[in-house]
Amino acid sequence: MPSLKFLFKPQNELEKRGRKTAPLYGEPEKTCPNCHRTLTISTLEKTTGVCSCGYHFRMGARERLDFIADKDSFYELFADIASSDPLSFPGYQEKLRKAENASGSKESVVTGTCTIGGEKCALFIMDPLFMMGSMGAATGEKITRLFEYATGNDLPVVGFTVSGGARMQEGMLSLMQMAATSAAVRRHGSKGLFYLTVLTDPTTGGVTASFAMEGDIIMAEPGATVGFAGARVVEQTTRQPLPKGFQTAESMLEHGFIDTIVPRKDEKEAIRLLLALHRRDHGKGL
Amino acid sequence: MGRAYDIVRIARSGSRPTGADYIRGIFSPFIELHGDRRFADDPAIFAGIGILGGQAVTVIAIDKGHDTEERTRRHFGAPEPEGYRKALRLMKQAEKFHRPIVTFIDTSGAYCGVDAEERGQGEAIAESIMEMIDLDTPTIAILIGEGGSGGALALGAADRVWMMENAVYSVISPEGCASILWKDAAKAADAADGLRLTADDALSFGIAEEVISEDGLGGKAFYARLGEKIERELRELAEQKDLRQARYERFRSFGRKYTERR
Repeated sequence: MPSLKFLFKPQNELEKRGRKTAPLYGEPEKTCPNCHRTLTISTLEKTTGVCSCGYHFRMGARERLDFIADKDSFYELFADIASSDPLSFPGYQEKLRKAENASGSKESVVTGTCTIGGEKCALFIMDPLFMMGSMGAATGEKITRLFEYATGNDLPVVGFTVSGGARMQEGMLSLMQMAATSAAVRRHGSKGLFYLTVLTDPTTGGVTASFAMEGDIIMAEPGATVGFAGARVVEQTTRQPLPKGFQTAESMLEHGFIDTIVPRKDEKEAIRLLLALHRRDHGKGL
Repeated sequence: MGRAYDIVRIARSGSRPTGADYIRGIFSPFIELHGDRRFADDPAIFAGIGILGGQAVTVIAIDKGHDTEERTRRHFGAPEPEGYRKALRLMKQAEKFHRPIVTFIDTSGAYCGVDAEERGQGEAIAESIMEMIDLDTPTIAILIGEGGSGGALALGAADRVWMMENAVYSVISPEGCASILWKDAAKAADAADGLRLTADDALSFGIAEEVISEDGLGGKAFYARLGEKIERELRELAEQKDLRQARYERFRSFGRKYTERR
């Protein structure tokens, strides 16, 4: 059985220097916000968006999919579900169009089934390129359907979260998705099925306060922002400087809300192992 | 234009009855219960067991407090993680003893602070929603003022959701929405219109089943009327089979109804 570095803590400067704006992996910016090294896109592609200082760049869902799912194993589900702009919110349609172009998806999450290191699972990956992974009714609907599909087909669920929270432009309908997804997670769990969440930068708001924190095992990427209220809002409300490392995966680990932090290069193997350990045969033959 | 923002102002008004007022007005006798059995007792959550029409009911309210001293003590009705954990403890207890649950919701949102974050505000809300929506006992949630985002929904995953006619339910405050979208908090009135956050909006979406008249708000007759209504509804819910399935479908339906396939 391969050994994993559980409780891995990154040896980088993230915590010392506080938060920086994080460019998306794939955007023209190539300067690491942590060590300020200039990185070429081809270097980043080779390292799956990780700088040699340990900084993890954000990753689009399609890109992450290529990296995490076994080659040609992904079968996409519910790709046609999209927002109907239910409130006719000013300027929203245009934002949706831009997000579609940027991400190549009709919503902020990609859902389907695949194998990871040979282990079959249902998979969802939220997309920072689609309105920073904000959760609209269609996002919630896709995730809910994926859990229902997994429940019906006896599959574990692996979910990558990245989100600014519930989507303002869909008002209380996006809020209700916290309840819908939670209910579906609950049913999936009641059947004895395994749910693994991988929190990536940033996982906040209504997503943190629902399915992101409901995993049987919660994994996070090094340096990822994980929290409920936005850091700026906390700062403005309390009028106090934030403690170092506030709302990082490392601090959430310290406070007992995350099981383990795994660097991206070890992520796939860690997921494979956890899926295997939760097979109905309890990981026989590992 | 601006009508929605007027309602937001009314919903926030300090002269409205608080969650504890509703409980004391409707349930008699009532005994308050404290603490999350983990870390602390959050005064923003006022909860316990009361009698309504000869039936024991677990009642949980978010309370903003009346005077400055009380408001500070209850941190203006913004629950900390311990508040949600206390509420959840009492909800599970209600399920164990086959008591129905009524919640009264009035919050601008979950408490926003370094400590609350470090003690898992997100996790506390997530767990509360996930457990509440699966409870094997009848539940009614009543929004009596502000329904601020996840902090409100944490006590709102119920069989029936009612709203007072001047209550609001929103994913973000109009000010927050305006400052994020238009970098201008002064456009809060526009945001309030755009967010569709009134009780009538909630009714039209199916997010609330009923809008409750505020005639005589806070008076004896008002509480008697609302009490009777709750009593009747709880009796009907108690007879309903497959409550959990119906509740699942209830919250499940919005994603189906308000999306499209293309």
